[in-house]
Amino acid sequence: MSDTGAKRLMRGSHVLGEAAVLAGCRYYFGYPITPQNEVPEYMSGRLPEVGGTFVQAESELASINMVIGASMAGARVMTSSSSPGISLKQEGISYLAGLELPAVIGNMIRGGPGLGNIAPAQSDYFQATRGGGHGDYRCIVLAPASCQELCDMTVKAFDLADKYRNPVMILGDGMIGQMMEPVVFPQPLDPASLPPKDWTITGAKGRPARAIISLLLDPKVMENLNFKLVRKYDAISQHEVDWETYLTEDARLVVVAFGTAARIAKGAIKRVRDMGLKVGLLRPKTLWPFPMRPLEQMSRVVRHLLCFEMSAGQMVEDVRLAVNGQADVHFYGRPGGVVPTPEEVAHQISHYYYQAHLDQAGPDKGPGGGGRS
Amino acid sequence: MKQVSTRPKSLKPNIFHYCPGCGHSIIHRLVAEVIDELDIRERTIGVPPAGCAVLAYNYLDVDMGEAPHGRALAVATGLKRVLKDHVVFTYQGDGDIAAIGTAETIHAANRGEKLTAIFVNNGVYGMTGGQMAPTTLEGMGSTTTPGGRVAARDGSPLDLTQMLAVAKGSVYLERVAVNSPKNIKKTKKAIKKAFQVQLDGLGFALVEVLSPCPTNWRMSAPASWEWIDTTMSKIFPLGVIKDETGYADRPGDES
Amino acid sequence: MAKGKINIDRERCKGCQLCISVCPKKRIAVCQGLNEKGYYPAEYSEGQGKEACTGCALCALVCPDVAIEVYRE
Repeated sequence: MSDTGAKRLMRGSHVLGEAAVLAGCRYYFGYPITPQNEVPEYMSGRLPEVGGTFVQAESELASINMVIGASMAGARVMTSSSSPGISLKQEGISYLAGLELPAVIGNMIRGGPGLGNIAPAQSDYFQATRGGGHGDYRCIVLAPASCQELCDMTVKAFDLADKYRNPVMILGDGMIGQMMEPVVFPQPLDPASLPPKDWTITGAKGRPARAIISLLLDPKVMENLNFKLVRKYDAISQHEVDWETYLTEDARLVVVAFGTAARIAKGAIKRVRDMGLKVGLLRPKTLWPFPMRPLEQMSRVVRHLLCFEMSAGQMVEDVRLAVNGQADVHFYGRPGGVVPTPEEVAHQISHYYYQAHLDQAGPDKGPGGGGRS
Repeated sequence: MKQVSTRPKSLKPNIFHYCPGCGHSIIHRLVAEVIDELDIRERTIGVPPAGCAVLAYNYLDVDMGEAPHGRALAVATGLKRVLKDHVVFTYQGDGDIAAIGTAETIHAANRGEKLTAIFVNNGVYGMTGGQMAPTTLEGMGSTTTPGGRVAARDGSPLDLTQMLAVAKGSVYLERVAVNSPKNIKKTKKAIKKAFQVQLDGLGFALVEVLSPCPTNWRMSAPASWEWIDTTMSKIFPLGVIKDETGYADRPGDES
Repeated sequence: MAKGKINIDRERCKGCQLCISVCPKKRIAVCQGLNEKGYYPAEYSEGQGKEACTGCALCALVCPDVAIEVYRE
């Protein structure tokens, strides 16, 4: 039983489970896959304590479909997996979006593609932010960079899922899943206190029978649903973008990174700052909706961005879209589960910094680098 | 004179889109009659298949939730785990339950999920135009087995219901058919029993119904009824495959 | 023996002929004209020379389209 208010030292995978329970989640359907086996293990013991239900399904495919059913019944429900298992869930996630069902999906990314390995990676960015499954839809994607953030984002994920009737993905990685950090947990929420949902299928008592469907054979009707989803996604893009900046006020080069890569980047930035380089960090906390406008505004004053990812380069495409040619976007990445050190990243930062002569005063060097033309 | 046959209340008056003589039409009506007789309409949720009966919610007047193809028993598991005192049933074709959904079917049975599954077996994939199903008979034509199914190339017809008997969580499994007045009555009795199993919380129940598809079998409806008798039920014999309910058959159950 | 009659909804009927195949009194036949959907529906005849309908309701039992109402004394 958690002692809310006090700091608890806890592994990321367990934090995901505990935060979900405190957010009122009473149903978890999952399947073991490294590096998130601890999530189903934790939920199998924790959920019965609060009268909840845990089912280890026969596959990730089966578990996302159980999530669909539980969500249709109005419950706060979660599943989790890692990369190959998330691939299996894509059909179900598309259905969740098309059926407008709330659900939370945790992904602790591992090296890929294919069977890959069990080391941390960020190579599911495309899969998470570009739909992943078929059709015109979006998943809200939250990217924690610490166990505390994982806790806070998990609670937020359930609220966002219910508010927008949409699946929400928490994009972690093997590092966040396995590391232990102190976390302050919120007060527990009683699911019975949540506002009732007027669209669920809980038996046609006192009302006409309802069908929750996504089969809309008339293209015009399907188009209307798609436009409804577009309006929903526009609203989410307006209200739910989240990001953090670090030492960007006088930066001449800004690193863009999320999750574990951002933590490594912070360590690298501290090192290069000690050497006098004016470098900062912009860390997206929502990967969808992506902080397009903040990046675009930053690129008006900072002419060099270095996108750093633990992948072969996925978020960098969104960075380039956001800056729209206003800045040079460089990329550094280590795919396949390799976790670079802050020293290595510092070396890369200083390489780009000096290559662009950002150490010299002059026009167009950004704040502190001389006047801008 | 008084009217002696009426449309069940749980069956909407919409005209079925099903073909002339399609077994779905009959089975939908039987499910609706059972829901009426057990008086469970207001707490029943159905999960339709992908297949000809994907539009079952246009006919059965209960809450329904769509599932991806084959996943109905997993979606139903999620629904039933939340709505423990409601009645959750799936209505699936041979592809949904015994091809793409095989794992979900076996494991729902294995976990003893308190669900009722209606398995409509017409030996073919009707909605998509008549391709081979796992239950297509050897020698039977389909659009993906030109010249007829051949075991060496296409495998033999699969008796999934027999396989489910091995799972301890399955409590009641019966195969029936809707190809004669007597068999239609037996089908209704089996469906009612399968719902009763759920009401009594005993475990997983499944009724497999051999159902005519005159269009894809290229027969008239009366001929399709005969074909079930002479040919299909020789490979898929009618009868109880497993019954651990402990129910004694009461006289007058033939309603 | 009870006396009965049936009503076949001409526009619901799809002409599958299952009712014809089960009627023990042979009172149902295929109509010569098409209905709106293009089927030759079944029709009930009160005509002479045939055994009377008993309201056994086998036709309604087998009718896939719930197109038959059965009345019995």
